[in-house]
Amino acid sequence: MDRRDFLKLAGGGAVIATSSGTVEARGNLEVSDEAVGMLFDATRCIGCRACVVTCKDINGMPPEKATEAEPWDMAQELSADTLNIIKAYKGPENSASTNSTAETDVSENPGFEFIKRNCMHCVDAGCVSVCPVSAMEKDPKTGIVSHDPDACIGCRYCVAACPYNIPKYEYDEAMGQIQKCQLCNQKGVERIDKGQLPGCAEVCPTGANIYGKRSDLLAEAKRRMALKPGDPYVYKLGSIDSPHGQEGLIPEYQANIYGEKEGGGTQVLLLAGNSYQTLGMPDIPERSYASVSETVQHSIYGNFLAPAAVLGGLLYMARRNLNEDGQDDDHKKEDEHGGAELGCVDRTSTRKTEDRS
Amino acid sequence: MSGHHQPLNRKLITLPTLVLAILSFIALLILAKRFALGLGSVTNLNDGYPWGIWVVYDVVVGTGFACGGYALALVVYIANKGKYHPLVRPALLASLFGYTLGGISAFIDMGRYWNFYNMFLPEQMNLNSVMLEVGLCVTAYCIVLFIEFMPALLEHYQLEKAKARLDKVLFIIIAIGVLLPTMHQSSLGSLLIAMGFKVDVLWQSSYLMPLFAILTAMTMGFSIVIFEASFVTVGLKRDSEAHLLRGLGRIIQVLLGVVLILRFGDLLYRGALPAVFNGSFKSFMFLIETALFVVPLVILSSGKHRNRGSMLLIAAVSMLFAGALYRFNAFLIGWTPNAGSSYVYFPSAEELLVSIGIVAMEILGYLLIVKWLPILPAHAEVKKQTAIKTDPSVNKPPAEQASVEVGS
Repeated sequence: MDRRDFLKLAGGGAVIATSSGTVEARGNLEVSDEAVGMLFDATRCIGCRACVVTCKDINGMPPEKATEAEPWDMAQELSADTLNIIKAYKGPENSASTNSTAETDVSENPGFEFIKRNCMHCVDAGCVSVCPVSAMEKDPKTGIVSHDPDACIGCRYCVAACPYNIPKYEYDEAMGQIQKCQLCNQKGVERIDKGQLPGCAEVCPTGANIYGKRSDLLAEAKRRMALKPGDPYVYKLGSIDSPHGQEGLIPEYQANIYGEKEGGGTQVLLLAGNSYQTLGMPDIPERSYASVSETVQHSIYGNFLAPAAVLGGLLYMARRNLNEDGQDDDHKKEDEHGGAELGCVDRTSTRKTEDRS
Repeated sequence: MSGHHQPLNRKLITLPTLVLAILSFIALLILAKRFALGLGSVTNLNDGYPWGIWVVYDVVVGTGFACGGYALALVVYIANKGKYHPLVRPALLASLFGYTLGGISAFIDMGRYWNFYNMFLPEQMNLNSVMLEVGLCVTAYCIVLFIEFMPALLEHYQLEKAKARLDKVLFIIIAIGVLLPTMHQSSLGSLLIAMGFKVDVLWQSSYLMPLFAILTAMTMGFSIVIFEASFVTVGLKRDSEAHLLRGLGRIIQVLLGVVLILRFGDLLYRGALPAVFNGSFKSFMFLIETALFVVPLVILSSGKHRNRGSMLLIAAVSMLFAGALYRFNAFLIGWTPNAGSSYVYFPSAEELLVSIGIVAMEILGYLLIVKWLPILPAHAEVKKQTAIKTDPSVNKPPAEQASVEVGS
């Protein structure tokens, strides 16, 4: 094998590798027509945490106590025992809004605002894309992202790849598992399948958090945003289809709905008065990370063409070079290969180095 | 016994092997605790940092260090530089240890290890997952490395027929043995693409991640060959292989140039260059990493330095640190769960002791096996033995000879 052969082969491999790469980039996944989700309107949330308690009840999770003397739940963050949490963020009050928030340039409401954190049930979910054993799955109809502990190997790639830090592993158990919000539709609970609401939506007293089809929720969010601040409005309770509602006044909303486009969109949508980043939500691009990752992966491995072609080249060269009885490029003359039997890979070359040394 | 590889006739039990055995044993004790009480009982892993040093050091960096066999196979069998052949078997042995223990580390780190077989069930496989590709390739490569290593065992037991049969298909194994690391080493980089903003802008190269991963795997592979060969020369008092290593230094030099040009080109293209100089801890780590890449490039660019074993070794070590730090930075140091979160991670003493123990197992296994099987090039050993006769300062040859006969 001379340099020309080598270049020819390398070039051939590169052509195949890049041509199979034009297979076409995988774009964001589309949301299904029947996709369900929740709309959380932070301006309606009073921080009562009824949803947190109900979530723990339904999922059979213990309270996270601050001390033994205070036996109630004091969870500060999402964890394997807390799949839903209400967090309070202090607004900028009077100082920041007047001087230094030039970079965000959004109006910030004074005072407190609460944000509900739980699985966003991404339209193009990173956890589903990265799971090696299909333990994380997205229901093709409802779009609910569920987890199967019997398939899970515990690699925690889903934990690392979730932009919202949702899946949590039980580090304190000898045989821990991944826990995440499954919209109260996991095996044994199946509230959605039974026509019930997710626990957190059912108990919300102000309609801050309601359940519904994603398309309906998106329309509802846009409806609220289209109204003028101060307008009276009847907020639905529990579900977008609920006959019950509660009167309130339209607040000053942020200009966008979080989850409409973020990371390819989410099925849990957020409305708020403060910027979503102030409330702790990540600022992520519209192209989902999963789609970028899969585009790269399938460009390289699509139909296994490129690896097969590379392997072909490698086989050819390895065989030829083994046949050449270890003649190396620095010394061999053209057409010197052949004649030597297979297997005596290295004798001459070793001797050669011996001679030299 | 084969004419060109030979076991090293030395004592099996020495002070270094004892120390290594103790470190390995400590790691095993801690692992017993991990399996009895869970990952949280020995590691500092938390809800913000799901991957600690067992993944990042033992698997991601460890398999990078184990790319010596890959790098040499590429040069010897694919680019047909037969003169490097004497280095292949020792490098393969180190790779075999590095990869096997990397695979075992991944298993230890799995939160639900008893389900690991699901990776091999077609109905469970998720072909979109980079992790699946890494897992399958690493497993397959461990097997391939073992087969590539078989000739040494067959020679030892004088199974000439089996060896002849293996030699006939060896080219297939070698080709697969080059393909697999190319695939999974590049995929180690692709793992980070899905993590998006969690990987700092200085390391989140998106589409280029697999390229940087494979380039650093190659540079680490060639560097570890130089490092191991120098270690064998000095530590086991054998002939210098500097005349062979020099050429490898040249290859590293080219690879390093490519890495640095692509790295800064990528940062420039993504508009991330300002982050290099913003004075943050991450920018500081980036600068150290870059310096570690530049040092070997400077050393290797000088023909005079390339010819000196000591300078080659310095360049190789710097390059190893550079490759390791690049991977550490990308996976751990430059990794944040979320801008607003308060999670921190620093490995616990027990976590560190396990990683140290695993390295100790690798070195221990290497030392024992080169004394047992025909791994190291024979010509140097022959010279060595003549040297022993003339040089009484080298410790007691007769006793060593005797102890190895027992071991073999």
